[in-house]
Amino acid sequence: MKRYLLFCLSFLLLSCMALPAFAHKPSDSYLKLNVQDTQVQGQWDIALRDLDYAIGLDSNDDGMITWGELRAHQSAVTAYALAHLQILTNQTLCPLKPTNYLVDNHTDGTYAVLRFVATCPQKSDRLEVRYQLFFDLDPQHRGLLQLTSPEQTRTAIFSPDQADQTLALAENPVVQFLQFGREGVWHIWIGFDHILFLLALLLPAVLQRHDKTWEPVADLPTAFKNVLKIVTAFTVAHSITLTLATLGVVQLPSRLVESAIAVSVVLAAVNNVYPLLLGKRWVMAFVFGLIHGFGFASVLADLNLPKSALLLALVGFNIGVEVGQLVIVAIFLPLAFSLRKSQFYQQVTVVGGSVMIGLIASVWLTERVFDLKVLAF
Amino acid sequence: MNLSCLHAAPPPEKTLSFPTAFFNKLQRHLYGVRTHLLFLLILIGLSIGSRVAQATPFMPTSDDQVLERLRTKPLDAQTVALRQMRLELSRSPQNLPLATKLAQRYIEQGRITADPRYNGYAQAALLPWWNQAQPPIAVLVLRATIRQSIHDFDGAVTDLNQVLKLDPWNGQAWVTRALIHQVRGEYPAAKKDCARLLRISSELVTITCLSGSASLGGQAHQSYQLLQEVLTHVPSATTDEKLWAETSLAEIATRLGQQQNAEKYYKQALALGPDSYLLAAYADFLLDQKRPQEVVTLLKDQTRADGLLLRLALAEKMLPAPIKTHVTALQERFAASRQRGDTVHRREEAIFTLHLLDQPQAALTLAQANWQIQREPADTRILLEAALACHDSTAAKPVLTWLAQMHTEDVALQALQHQLGNKV
Repeated sequence: MKRYLLFCLSFLLLSCMALPAFAHKPSDSYLKLNVQDTQVQGQWDIALRDLDYAIGLDSNDDGMITWGELRAHQSAVTAYALAHLQILTNQTLCPLKPTNYLVDNHTDGTYAVLRFVATCPQKSDRLEVRYQLFFDLDPQHRGLLQLTSPEQTRTAIFSPDQADQTLALAENPVVQFLQFGREGVWHIWIGFDHILFLLALLLPAVLQRHDKTWEPVADLPTAFKNVLKIVTAFTVAHSITLTLATLGVVQLPSRLVESAIAVSVVLAAVNNVYPLLLGKRWVMAFVFGLIHGFGFASVLADLNLPKSALLLALVGFNIGVEVGQLVIVAIFLPLAFSLRKSQFYQQVTVVGGSVMIGLIASVWLTERVFDLKVLAF
Repeated sequence: MNLSCLHAAPPPEKTLSFPTAFFNKLQRHLYGVRTHLLFLLILIGLSIGSRVAQATPFMPTSDDQVLERLRTKPLDAQTVALRQMRLELSRSPQNLPLATKLAQRYIEQGRITADPRYNGYAQAALLPWWNQAQPPIAVLVLRATIRQSIHDFDGAVTDLNQVLKLDPWNGQAWVTRALIHQVRGEYPAAKKDCARLLRISSELVTITCLSGSASLGGQAHQSYQLLQEVLTHVPSATTDEKLWAETSLAEIATRLGQQQNAEKYYKQALALGPDSYLLAAYADFLLDQKRPQEVVTLLKDQTRADGLLLRLALAEKMLPAPIKTHVTALQERFAASRQRGDTVHRREEAIFTLHLLDQPQAALTLAQANWQIQREPADTRILLEAALACHDSTAAKPVLTWLAQMHTEDVALQALQHQLGNKV
């Protein structure tokens, strides 16, 4: 008894000592699927080491796999791999057809690269993937999937316990809408030029011009009406150009747009010190709002818009911009209204603030026209 | 070693004139947003970078081009025997004695080559019984061994408890459970399990098992002397038993600061055969001794095993003319492991993040997560090193308290305790 146990003990003794931290990379395959309508383009990287264990690649048994040996097994490898993968839409199989047979170097060795195409009978917003590669030979094998569709890229891990997975190809429209809305809010908040333009127009909204000096407006409705006119004009104008630019009707070079935005801020600020368009600030808001719309459009374009969800993105983003703008106004109006009678507001805030806004915008203008970098924002 | 966490600290404030101060204030309000954006830009940059770094698939130009080396040696008896057994088992997958024998051989092969694929092959051999609640005892013991190798310590202990209830004479189960307790820092429980081996196994196995946990639990000198004595009196011990005992002696001597004795036992153990655990332990010893050149010589052909590659990269950084070639490879390996959802490499990743990436804060997070799972001296050490680098006494405190309770004797840990006491 004791002798038997001793024998039994000795050969597993050290397997406890060697914790897996010293291990190699375990067995993984990398599956990339790219969905376009009813077609799925696939690329599957499978370790030669694993393929050899499964079907034997080393024909001359010299411990080395050559390209000649791998090429000789092309049909066996392809058939074996594709027999362990199924792609379905609406419970119907999309037949897999191999298109290319290559190799690639990964951090832990060389992999065979199988390219294939799956043609599905019909389009769907969900893809079912049934993965069975190597699970019978090595249950610790994992299939790492990267699934790309026009809307998004997502990943999944296949294991024996999760060998069948159904994956959504597009984000839920509500979530997507909210995402673009959030982008719009962020953009107006971090876009100093839009904030300063709006502030330059709004600063005098709680005042009125009388004999070349500023006087406070009498009541809140008057101030509110002034603000409403400016904000509405700005919103209508930039919505028009944002839509036109995003739909590709009008395109303007971005340097021109950015420079024009800087000009708009300068003019709005100067107008507060040397009034050019007295009482017609909403006109200014409208005219220059058209330019700011092109600025918003370039941000939206950078977000890599899904073509299928263009309108959704456009509306979401625009509403986000408006919400961000309203938050600024909601903070500004009560504050300015309560301070409007003070000398500090009329002189320092409006005049001094406008001068500063004008100066900053002039620097931006120089930067943008001559493609320089002076300010950090 | 970079000991700063400055990148995590807020930017220094200066007295500024009105307009600058105003805009700085505005900027600070937007600081969160801006760092968020910066982070996003870095991420985008990284993803573009990694896309560039990744080679594109290609078609080799010659049939003679060698793509992969499966073995370093030509076909050996071991490989042939494994193939033969695998073939037999595929014909009769329900053959329990054959399945357990093959699984044992795979696990053994996995230890020698440090290739985790063999654990998967062993699991596959046991597939008919693997998901049973009460599989045969032989399967339970093997399942526990495989489970502990993927750090499923709870699952492994459950299996072993079941074995020991049915078969209290199962030495393998006692020793496996003892080692899991030891890795988790549960030294009294480990010693209790080791003591059960006394009447089942050889004196050398029992004392090696005991000295491992006893030396960490406040009895390092006694354990060392006892194990030395037993080893000299058992010339008939198997190679594996001697390898285990000598590796253990070398580790205890290292912790006691007896460098010459440690060196002697490491060399004796290395003469007994290939073992990746031993190579890593000796490399750590050499790194602490500031002998990077010897580590490079020892490990230059061991780049497939992550843990050994890490030590090679650490040594290369310490060379008079530092080399960074293996840092990128390690980064890719850890990324691949994360992509897979593995957490078994957290200790190594923490060491890598602290000493090779110079990111103490990230290293501390990894080390803390790792310490919740395993508490070998190396796990404790990287946590304290990261806490020291971050001047984070809160993170170090529970570890220091625990160390004091365990009375662990380890010169490296004591030096860190001292430094933390002074600096934090």
